[in-house]
Amino acid sequence: MLIGFYAIIFRRNLIKIAMGVSIIASGINLFLIAIGYRHEGVVPIFTSAAIKAGEAQAKMVLPVPQALTLTSIVISLAVTALMLSFAVVIYKKTNTLDIKEIKEALNID
Amino acid sequence: MIDFLHQNGLALLIAFPLLSAFLIPLIEKISKSLRNIYILFAVFSTTSLAMFLAQSIFAFGPLVYTMGAQHPGLTMPSGLTIPVRIILLADAFSAFMIVSSSIALIASAIYSLGSVKRSLGKYFSLFFVMSASIFGIICTGDLFNLFVFIEICSIASAGLVAFRKEKAESTIAAYNYLIVSSIASLMILFSIGIIYGQYGVLNMAAVAKLIKFSFVDNFAIVLLVSGLALKCGAVPLHFWVPDAYGRAPSGISAFLVVASQASLYALFRVSFTLFGAFFLIKLLSLAIIVLGVLSMFVGVTMALAQKDIKKLMAYHSMSQTGYMLLGVGLGLYSINTPLSDVGFFAMAGGLFHIINNAMYKGLLFLTAGAIIYATGQRDLNKLGGLARKMPYTTIFFMIGAAAIAGLPPTNGFASKLLIYESAFIFNPILSIVALIVSVFTLVSFVKIFCSAFLGPERNEFKNIKEVPCAMHFAMAFLSVLIILFGIFPDLILNAIVKPAASALLNSLAYMGAVF
Repeated sequence: MLIGFYAIIFRRNLIKIAMGVSIIASGINLFLIAIGYRHEGVVPIFTSAAIKAGEAQAKMVLPVPQALTLTSIVISLAVTALMLSFAVVIYKKTNTLDIKEIKEALNID
Repeated sequence: MIDFLHQNGLALLIAFPLLSAFLIPLIEKISKSLRNIYILFAVFSTTSLAMFLAQSIFAFGPLVYTMGAQHPGLTMPSGLTIPVRIILLADAFSAFMIVSSSIALIASAIYSLGSVKRSLGKYFSLFFVMSASIFGIICTGDLFNLFVFIEICSIASAGLVAFRKEKAESTIAAYNYLIVSSIASLMILFSIGIIYGQYGVLNMAAVAKLIKFSFVDNFAIVLLVSGLALKCGAVPLHFWVPDAYGRAPSGISAFLVVASQASLYALFRVSFTLFGAFFLIKLLSLAIIVLGVLSMFVGVTMALAQKDIKKLMAYHSMSQTGYMLLGVGLGLYSINTPLSDVGFFAMAGGLFHIINNAMYKGLLFLTAGAIIYATGQRDLNKLGGLARKMPYTTIFFMIGAAAIAGLPPTNGFASKLLIYESAFIFNPILSIVALIVSVFTLVSFVKIFCSAFLGPERNEFKNIKEVPCAMHFAMAFLSVLIILFGIFPDLILNAIVKPAASALLNSLAYMGAVF
């Protein structure tokens, strides 16, 4: 995540900034998956837990964080796609991806 | 029918705009006029559903809808003690926000029907996705769904900010907006992960019941509050506001105000319901008050220096957000203190300001849009003498400007007076700052009025005409509401604002709706 923040703050290339955002998103996805970890847990499918149930109580990994991660992967895909398409539009208009050059080209303060 | 709506209304309120969003491109294939009729139908049925729901919440108390249960009211599956299903939950505060956003929805939709000239279908698809996500943010009772709706909202609104893609500026504004809001929502997601890791629940009421305020929780609170403050554009995190508001199509600027108010809703909901019993709540509320005062002051001083008409208004919407934060922050500060009565009035003022701001800020953005639509010019120094050509727009602008500066008999006066009076009792300095900000607001709107509407007629504007009647209708609708709310503030206060404020303060009732 910190690498992603570094990229967003210090990079001037639009595509690299978009990469930074998606690195942060992957970091958070990893964190969410790590929350669900249980030592020696099995796949959270009801039947597979039942098979193991013969040998004491089988532990399942938490299923909810996995669902959350799946959702957040989809969302971050959408965000990345939208950002990159904005970058393409900006490149078409200004012929550059560098923030400073874009500002000079458009006279934005 | 009424019973059915009463039970399933919350889900329909989100599902119906979402369905319309994807139906519109299909209907457009058949015929363009059919599409326009469908858009009008969808807007009116969404708002009437919203009004119906709000009315029944005010009358009968909080509404609950459990996704996937045999019966919508069944929050807990048999044998479980925590709510595991996704729950939609709306209390009086949510109802208040539903009313405020549906007013803005109807005005900006009608306005856009008049003002957007090409790819109207795509525009309204995004528009309905955005309104579905705003209603989602307001109605959800689930932390993760809050994140999902916030993210949908920012994607849809970034698409709308970039709608005029022939201009590179608007694309850049959308790019900035998307970066900022996705970082904000990733921070929110991170803190939701932390909370889930400790308590194993995502339902807001359940978290509020279980939360213990350990050190890690404090970290989550800081992340959550700063993420939401980033989304609603309070001052140290305000840099995306002027670009995004200034470059979006005007109908969307008016609706973006509502989108950032929905994040404001989430901020208040989280800080009152989730962290209401927090022992550092004084610190949190002081932080909100300081954010509010800073936003007010910085917003208005930066607005004074602007030449671009829509950027100027965007800075003003920052300073108006400051008023709401100030009012509600004072209410949060005064929980369980001798001043809690005064705090209640400050909160009522802050909340009343939310709905008022949605109206007059919307109206001002719409008039600015009308000026740009008619003249194609957004620089104040190059405008002038429009009052002769556009008399109606001038009148609407005057009403909006009076309301934002807090002059009677408009609604801005009513809510600002409440905030001044109660802030004075806490600390006179707060209300002095608020008054000064109000004066500066008046100054800058007088500046717009003089340079755009008064003065000699300019040669290049000889041939301009008034804008289409759909745009007039939307502006007139908002103006009438502003005046009505200003003349009968007591009616509105007692009917919707005070129930909302007491619902926000009474987090036990919110939990009671689930457990």
